[in-house]
Amino acid sequence: MYHDNDRAKLFGRRAMLLGAGQGVLVAALAARMYWLQVIEAERFRLQADGNRILQQLLAPPRGLILDRNGIAMAVNRHNYQVLIVPERTNSIDATLDLLSQIITLTDGDRSRIAKDSRRHRSFVPILVRENLSWEDVARIEVNAADLPGVTIDVGQSRYYPLETLGAHLLGYVAAPSEADLQSDSAESLLELPGFRIGKAGVERIYDQALRGKGGTLRQEVNAVGRVIQEIERKEGEPGLDLTLTLDLRLQEYAAQRLGDESAAVVVMDIHTGEVVVMASTPSFDPNAFNRGLTGVEWNDLITNPRSPLTNKVIAGTFAPGSTFKPMVALAALESNSISPDTRVFCPGHMQMGNIEFHCWKKEGHGSLDLIGGIKNSCDVYFYEIARRTGVDRIHDMAVRFGLGDLTGIDLPGEKPGLIPNREWKKATFDQPWHPGETLINGIGQGYCLATPLQLATMAARIANGGVAVVPHVARDRISGGDAHPRTEADWPSCDVAHTSLAVVRKGMYAVTNEPGGTAYRARIEQEHWEMSGKSGTAQVRRISMHERETGVKKNDELPWKERDHALFIAYAPEEAPRYSVCVVVEHGGGGSAVAAPIARDVLIEVQKRDRARTAENPKGAV
Amino acid sequence: MALGQPRISSFNRSELTWRDKIWQINWSLIALITAISCIGFLTLYSAAGKSLEPWALKQMIRFVLGMGMLLLVAMVDLRFWMRHAYTFYGIALVLLVAVQVRGTVGMGAQRWIDLGFIQLQPSEVMKISLVLTLARYFHGATLQDVGRPLFLIPPLVMVLAPVGLVMKQPDLGTALILLMSSGAMFFLAGVRAWKFGLLIALAGGGVPVAWRFLHDYQKKRLEIFLDPDSDALGAGYHITQSKIALGSGGVFGKGFGEGTQSRLNFLPEKQTDFIFTMFAEEWGMIGGLVLLGLYSLLVANGYGIALRCRSHFGRLLSMGVMTTFFLYFFINTAMVMGLLPVVGVPLPLISYGGTAMLSLLFGFGLVMSAYISRDIPIGRRGSHED
Repeated sequence: MYHDNDRAKLFGRRAMLLGAGQGVLVAALAARMYWLQVIEAERFRLQADGNRILQQLLAPPRGLILDRNGIAMAVNRHNYQVLIVPERTNSIDATLDLLSQIITLTDGDRSRIAKDSRRHRSFVPILVRENLSWEDVARIEVNAADLPGVTIDVGQSRYYPLETLGAHLLGYVAAPSEADLQSDSAESLLELPGFRIGKAGVERIYDQALRGKGGTLRQEVNAVGRVIQEIERKEGEPGLDLTLTLDLRLQEYAAQRLGDESAAVVVMDIHTGEVVVMASTPSFDPNAFNRGLTGVEWNDLITNPRSPLTNKVIAGTFAPGSTFKPMVALAALESNSISPDTRVFCPGHMQMGNIEFHCWKKEGHGSLDLIGGIKNSCDVYFYEIARRTGVDRIHDMAVRFGLGDLTGIDLPGEKPGLIPNREWKKATFDQPWHPGETLINGIGQGYCLATPLQLATMAARIANGGVAVVPHVARDRISGGDAHPRTEADWPSCDVAHTSLAVVRKGMYAVTNEPGGTAYRARIEQEHWEMSGKSGTAQVRRISMHERETGVKKNDELPWKERDHALFIAYAPEEAPRYSVCVVVEHGGGGSAVAAPIARDVLIEVQKRDRARTAENPKGAV
Repeated sequence: MALGQPRISSFNRSELTWRDKIWQINWSLIALITAISCIGFLTLYSAAGKSLEPWALKQMIRFVLGMGMLLLVAMVDLRFWMRHAYTFYGIALVLLVAVQVRGTVGMGAQRWIDLGFIQLQPSEVMKISLVLTLARYFHGATLQDVGRPLFLIPPLVMVLAPVGLVMKQPDLGTALILLMSSGAMFFLAGVRAWKFGLLIALAGGGVPVAWRFLHDYQKKRLEIFLDPDSDALGAGYHITQSKIALGSGGVFGKGFGEGTQSRLNFLPEKQTDFIFTMFAEEWGMIGGLVLLGLYSLLVANGYGIALRCRSHFGRLLSMGVMTTFFLYFFINTAMVMGLLPVVGVPLPLISYGGTAMLSLLFGFGLVMSAYISRDIPIGRRGSHED
């Protein structure tokens, strides 16, 4: 027998050594497990959750927009979409062929679907078409068995039931642009497919409040992203329902009254600044923007000379013409350049240097005091008092009444207009002010530009006794996502003497209520409803010497683009003013003939509604 | 000796009856193997979303077959295995060559031979055959023999031939296991420590050379092992997800069937190479340690058997099989924990896979055979005395 004691002993020792080595390795494994599963466990737990949990945003319903009486102007409508899940159908093409017998599918739809289905994993639903009618939905549902993989989903889309009515004020929603995403990168809602944000008007300026807060949906997904189960659903906060100061009935009336003109009407409460009517014609259908405009539609909108996309009330700037004269009168009175009794003789023109400045009345008005000057809108009277007052004083007065700068209304896209002074001309043209320009400025021509809203605000401040009221369209003060009732407004004063204002108002009363006043024919005859106003006719073209000699052309004889702008500002009722109005009819002709009747009709309608309200609610709160 | 003839003592006998053999079965070995395999069935059941299909049931059938084979192997006289060691080695080598010639490509490597009823993985067969053949070679060697360098050349060739073939497949994990388990057997056979030192030094010098022969994916794995976050979504994905799964399991685990990483398929290969991760995600550190404990007990049990063998063949064979087994589970668990590069080594007795389980149970059968024949001395050439 072979003896192997030495070998066996060596084997034993070495086996022990090997075993010890292996023991050390197992201990290392245990230590590693302790490290991974105890010390680092929390970190890995978070990573595992990050792997499996897909967080999704839920779009909150957008806040409604209501008029002052609660009539919906902007709502959310169910948007029925038909989707297809590629993995649930044997052939997308075959299913779509069947589907196209029920709803129309363009080649563009087909190629987009094909592209989307290649890009996404096969369980991701692909949008086939949206904005389906209820009939389409019903037909698809009935044929569901023959349409494998086809599902109907309900989204929400913005709808403006009144279409063109109030469109400028409302604005519209559209998909966020690249710039929106950049500037609001903290808001992940914008990344949601199909999410819309306010792009104009109230929709834009109160977008944050209307938008609401997004909810979250936490779902468990597997490694390829398929949803396994819903873990948690947190509904977001719906957007704030916004009540406007607008009275939809009046808005409708005003829009109808403007008809086909390219025009603007604004009515505001002279004490609270509430804008009751804001109409700009022609208008557009904001639903088209949500739906997506075609190239042709867009082109029509932007090339239309009557600029339907512009809210002329806040973004249309016009030479105020004679509607500016109250400002000149106030500046003259407040600077003691004249007294109310100062008389000026109007021979139909005024000579300055070698230039002749004409009155609108060729044969002249004769001798007039201030009230007569306003009543007759005598240009020579205002040339003279403007000359005495100086352009800088007129500028300062106009600015105090809200011209030459943004009114601060809660709407985007407002234009500041322009009220010139010496400094402005120096800075802009590097030229000294010419004395003749003061005269032109005195009748609201020349460099002067104002928006209808600024003129209505000016009229309001004249009517309310020189309180610098600021117009607004949202009934409540909106801060963050909440609405707070507006407290008693503490407007600053325009700082003019009441006696001066009284004279100007007397003149404006005469314009519409005394025979011979420029707008006497457009007066309100109902007792206690009388309006006071001031007409304006802004000249668009230059009248040559030759034309003056041969007879100035009538507006009817001119092409539309060269006709005068017709303006009228007014407030009513005269005995306790409540509303101010401004009407501008672009290239409409004479202010007293064209704009004043519109202002009269609107103010009658406004007061009718106001009486009705006051009767319902004797305290007068609205 | 006739079957069934009663025997009172088993000492100093060269032949054992069936009854003796059955009486001698090491039940603790069987129990440990069964316990570990049951953990495997449970985990495969969970991996399939609590379903016997497609893995757990097949694995159970294989286990039952393998257990039968284990007992059968154990019943065969140890000397038979010794006598035919070289034959088995030869067959295994031929199979390895065959896989090169007409193997099926599986998981990016040529590893399988499709025999129709079973997908044979010759490298698994080789692991046991190599142990068997080295035990045979060193059985008859005196310490003086082992001391002679020339004597070591044949076994070195026996090792390097299959290692080379396996590397070519390419299967780095199996090549490493073959090399390391053979190294252990050389060590146990009494090869001087300085010779290992020399070899390691030479191998160290050869690393840059070897690097050039590695496949790109093998290089990538090593690079990712050194810095797993460098490619967290690409090739480093496996190991990153494995660590997340393990770590998120915490001390007590997420519960049976609740492992999110594996259930939601973030964990790759959860039924094969990464099954330990899945187990430890669901059962936590406690479960992982219990499993490591069972493995260690099984290895220790094998060591006990080896130390009690009177024949050098039996000792070397048992130690060889146990070392191979140890390397399997160590490399696999170290890999899924991010301690070693990702190499394709299954978790023994648990990972889903036929050949690995069967060849391991075959190996344990040999250990059992050595245990049953522990008191029988074996001559240099496998006869009773010589």
